[in-house]
Amino acid sequence: MRFLRRFFIRLSNFTAGRRADQRLQEEMAEHLALQTEENLRAGMSPPEARRQAALKLGAAQAIREHHHAEQSLPLAENFLFDLRYAFRMLYRSPGFSLIAIATMALGVGATTAIYSVIDATLLHPLPYHHPSELVRLEANLPGVGAHDIGLSIPELRDLQNSGIFQYVSLSFFGTNNLTGSGQPASIASKSVTPAYFAVLGVDAQLGRTFDPHDATPGFNNEVVISDGLWKRAFGADPHIIGKTLRLDNDPAHVVGVMPASFRDQGQTSKERSTDLWAACGFFGDPAPPPMRSTRFPFDTIARLQPGLSPEAAQARLSALVASLKKQYPADYPSQGAWTLHLTPLAETLVSNVRQSLILLFGAVGLVLLISSVNVANLLLARASARGREMAVRQALGAARMRLVRQLFTESLLLFVLGGITGFAVLFCARKFLLRFVPESLPRLNDISISWGVLAFAIVVSVAAGTIFGLAPAWLTSRLNLTETLRQEGRGSNGSRRRSRLRHALVIGELALSLVLMIAAGLLLRSFWDLFQVQPGFNPTRVTVIEMSLPNPNDPKTDIYGTATQEAVLLREVLRRNRTIPGVEETAVSDRAAIPLGHSQSDRGMTPLVREGQEVRSSQPPLIDTLIVSPEYFHVLGMTLLRGRLFVDQDLEHTPLVAVINQAAARTYWPNQDPVGKRVRSSDDLGRAGPEWITIVGVIADARTESLADAGIPQIYLDIYQRPAKFLAFYLRGRVDPAAIAAQVRTRIQSVDPELPVFRGETLDDVLSSSLSVRRFSMVMVALFAATALLLAGLGIYGTISFLVNEQSREIAIRLALGAQRRDILSMVLRQGLTLAAVGAGVGLAGAFLVSHLMAGLLYGVSPYDLSIFASVTAVLTAVAIASSYIPALRAMRLDPITTLHAE
Amino acid sequence: MKEKPDVLQGTLALMVLKTLDVLGPQHGYGIARRIEQISGDILALNQGTLYPLLLKLEHEGAIASEWGASENNRRPRFYRLTAIGRKQLQTETRDWNQTAAIIARFFEVQAEDLP
Repeated sequence: MRFLRRFFIRLSNFTAGRRADQRLQEEMAEHLALQTEENLRAGMSPPEARRQAALKLGAAQAIREHHHAEQSLPLAENFLFDLRYAFRMLYRSPGFSLIAIATMALGVGATTAIYSVIDATLLHPLPYHHPSELVRLEANLPGVGAHDIGLSIPELRDLQNSGIFQYVSLSFFGTNNLTGSGQPASIASKSVTPAYFAVLGVDAQLGRTFDPHDATPGFNNEVVISDGLWKRAFGADPHIIGKTLRLDNDPAHVVGVMPASFRDQGQTSKERSTDLWAACGFFGDPAPPPMRSTRFPFDTIARLQPGLSPEAAQARLSALVASLKKQYPADYPSQGAWTLHLTPLAETLVSNVRQSLILLFGAVGLVLLISSVNVANLLLARASARGREMAVRQALGAARMRLVRQLFTESLLLFVLGGITGFAVLFCARKFLLRFVPESLPRLNDISISWGVLAFAIVVSVAAGTIFGLAPAWLTSRLNLTETLRQEGRGSNGSRRRSRLRHALVIGELALSLVLMIAAGLLLRSFWDLFQVQPGFNPTRVTVIEMSLPNPNDPKTDIYGTATQEAVLLREVLRRNRTIPGVEETAVSDRAAIPLGHSQSDRGMTPLVREGQEVRSSQPPLIDTLIVSPEYFHVLGMTLLRGRLFVDQDLEHTPLVAVINQAAARTYWPNQDPVGKRVRSSDDLGRAGPEWITIVGVIADARTESLADAGIPQIYLDIYQRPAKFLAFYLRGRVDPAAIAAQVRTRIQSVDPELPVFRGETLDDVLSSSLSVRRFSMVMVALFAATALLLAGLGIYGTISFLVNEQSREIAIRLALGAQRRDILSMVLRQGLTLAAVGAGVGLAGAFLVSHLMAGLLYGVSPYDLSIFASVTAVLTAVAIASSYIPALRAMRLDPITTLHAE
Repeated sequence: MKEKPDVLQGTLALMVLKTLDVLGPQHGYGIARRIEQISGDILALNQGTLYPLLLKLEHEGAIASEWGASENNRRPRFYRLTAIGRKQLQTETRDWNQTAAIIARFFEVQAEDLP
């Protein structure tokens, strides 16, 4: 308490200035006068009386200083002095200051940029209240290897009544055709159970979200729309509530508009920009009655009871699973081993980019480290230049700690100025930089340069300044007084410790940049290999355009309800598309069959029941199912290996046929000929169709699902036998990419004006954007590695130059005694090479550790790829030699006479 | 010549407080004189060191000061004890006596007194 009171008074004195000194002087004068009088009374002579009084009082100046120190805050005062002095010092050597500040700006700027991405994606992935309560539920049948099989309505009710969750909700993401307001549009929509918004904890800005009344059987007509759709399609109509939209030819009533800040949760950017939510009970016509074993492969999210940890919730959930299994043994066969697993929602949303981002953060952290080391090195180099200054100041009585504090203030100022510069550059260039971030990154739109990011930048620079500024300050102030003063600036002795630290720093720098370069090399190589991989299909000159057919709730109103009805439309559209100038071939497929161009949620995973094996388990394996027209294989250049492809004679009423890829043949009919085998696939709702489908052909594997994965089993069905709603047209030929979408739209809408036509992308572009995250991390890491190499080069150059400077006398003497200039050159180069060799050795060891962690991000290249390790080491050595060469040349050309005279 | 002992760390503050307690408001010179008198010139006190200490005590709230009028037209600064200071003096006196008593007991103990 007393201390605090004293501190605050001193603080106010410190800020308010000082009148106290005057008061003290008056008091001391008074004191002297009184003492003198007393002395006079004791019989001294006046001069003696004054002298004795002054002696008794003590050294007036020391008392004043003591008094002043008591009055104010000496630490803060000194800090201000130091700061002023530091600014003057920086101003006096602008070259040094600029280089140091620019280096730090680079390091801190890059780190802050990556941090801002991580801040938005990994640290705050969910823009909702109490995000830690949100979980995603997954039902698995590990016994038969089936994952994420979804929930049935009775199971949903059990979960709702379990007491583990506040709310549980099912949702199903898809698209709907919005017609009636301008150009027909395909909008991203979600069918949700009414608790969906309650789970997320978001309310409407206009109208309401769903309430339990919306959970009636079948589809409901109530929809909530996004702020974006409201403004885009309805001009922000304030009376939108209660109005009717036409969605897939069904009427839908708008009950609410979500706030502009609301973004849906989901794994894809498409899902996150959902524009419309429809309430859905998921039972009753057209869905099957709510049976326990009728599961929907839908997304389940839930909000935990407040205070319940995910681990505790999982334990209670497992108990619930056990009791349900006991209660309904028929619905949960023991070989399936049904389980429910919950994962924090935030984790499931960023899992696909987490590794890349952590890699980037690691890489950028290394760059920061290298730039800090570089600045520390510069500071040390300056230390020898300032040896004399330090010696003089110490000789004049400056305390060591005082000097350290002042030098430390200087380096801290450098680091912080660098950090602020980096942040400022980042802030000004943020729009430009954001363009490089791949679109598939979750929460891309939420990346911002906020106060939190500024705080991060400052904390990072202060931390770097403290770690890397303290040692140089300590070593600069540590010197042998007499020797330094006697040496008269002839380079400072006693700097052995300093040069040892400098060597260690350069070695560290080289090692770190080697690690970064190896990481970059591995990524580059993976990317290159992926780019070079034979995809198994030919994307050149193929353009994809999407179209979607309405999917009305009442099947009777669907004019494209049967395969034959749809075939009439498709054949007509294909015929018209062939009339577009330049088009040679056309084909159509469902959206899932767009090679590398569909999101995971569009993927058609359906159960595959093989004839003769249908009883083996109740849960057949899921297989990637693609619906295509007969021309598809030819347009995409896929090779038939066995049997036949689809022909025009395969129609709705002829026997159903299918084509599988080699991976499917290998997986499901090992050592057999699959042609002629029969399977049953399933319909949209997961029910196995009654009809047998005969496999008529096997095609070579094509990497249409993932470039990195060759062997995904796939089954192709004929679109004229198995109609699909979400379609993609393929046009092969030399077409104008800018006009093609409009050309196709006119042709499709001349057949049916209510059909939305969108996208319009060449397959080459689709393929290249499927690599966008990989490309992004590769380019970034390569950029960081290049920066690191540059900094390391500068570091080694600075150190060798410094060594040459320090040894100039020795070199001059050697030359005077007849040493060959070539010997001098090789002597200096040898020093550089030694540093490089040690640095490379340490770096290689580090790279072995790091590359092992990167294995998951690599494709087709071993994390210990010898050629990359060797070539990167060679590059680093070359750079080290090149940067030592300039100072070495300078040493070689030294004129012994001038040098020796100058000393 | 034998050196006079320095003022023990912290005891000077106690002396100042006690002086003000006994004599009432005093100026700096008066306090210095009093300490000298009581200690019987045993203590070597640079009288000037008193002033930073007075400032510190004032900041802590133990004493207060104001310009006063004294004889022969001088305006010395007078220091007086505050309520806080009085309390502080009490506790410190008690602490001091306790410490002194303990030390004294150590000196009294002879080897044969030990069990």
